Amino acid sequence: MSNHAAFILASYLAAFVILGGLVIASLSARNRVRRELDQRGLAPRGSAPRGVDRKR
Amino acid sequence: MADLHFLANPARFRRFSQRVLPGLGFATVLMLCVGLYMAFFVAPADYQQGQTVRIMFLHVPSAWLSMMGYALLAGLGASLLVWRHPLAALMARAAAPVGASFAAVCLLTGSLWGRPMWGTYWVWDARLTSMLLLFFLYLGHIALSRAYDEPERGDRAAAILALIGVINLPIIKFSVDWWNTLHQPASVTRLDAPAIHNSILVPLLWMAVSLLFLFVFLVLLRTETEIDRRRLENAAAQEEGAPA
Repeated sequence: MSNHAAFILASYLAAFVILGGLVIASLSARNRVRRELDQRGLAPRGSAPRGVDRKR
Repeated sequence: MADLHFLANPARFRRFSQRVLPGLGFATVLMLCVGLYMAFFVAPADYQQGQTVRIMFLHVPSAWLSMMGYALLAGLGASLLVWRHPLAALMARAAAPVGASFAAVCLLTGSLWGRPMWGTYWVWDARLTSMLLLFFLYLGHIALSRAYDEPERGDRAAAILALIGVINLPIIKFSVDWWNTLHQPASVTRLDAPAIHNSILVPLLWMAVSLLFLFVFLVLLRTETEIDRRRLENAAAQEEGAPA
């Protein structure tokens, strides 16, 4: 891909790291908050993250 | 528009986003896979830029989305300050890091394109500087909204910053017309026909729609989290205030 391949690949890698990192951080934050809500018995119906056994 | 008002209630919004998110996430991944295939294997090399035109498939949509994200922040800020919309503050908190990330992608990819094309990673020309300012405005919004013990005060301060900062959007858009810049003038969003051949325009627009899907997915997901987080904070505040 010509001698500019390093710039092209670095661009896509940077975008992947930034946007992929944001997706992962957002999903893990949602699961963390949901788990905490569930532990306090505040979770609305149908919102428990996977692996959480809701005691109702 | 009346239909959108039904989403103003955080609980209803939450139910809506829970229904929409799985399908939207799947569509986003699918769209991005097709978009990347088009960007690398369908679009031809540009007659001037050569292979580096492939960076444009990320750079241009990121620039559009970071500007659109800030317009959204300003709209939400107005909604919070004028109508005290219950969801506006939560959605603004959710959207600011998403917009900041797209602004960062725009700046980084632009810089990586500039080195082989202009011979430098950075110049202080009007377009680049105003884009960098947009990134700092996003960071300011994130910092302000989290700077106070009472979240409502932080939300109001951030909303004011969003409304003041919106003046930067037309500056970014028209900077290439108002000043002599190294950055090229608009080639897609022109009043007459785009100055790009369809073989490059189609993958560019496809990537723009794919990244728009990602933007919406992230904002919905993070807004849902903010609603739950506020719920937790309110519960904790009630527990603290309750007599022993």
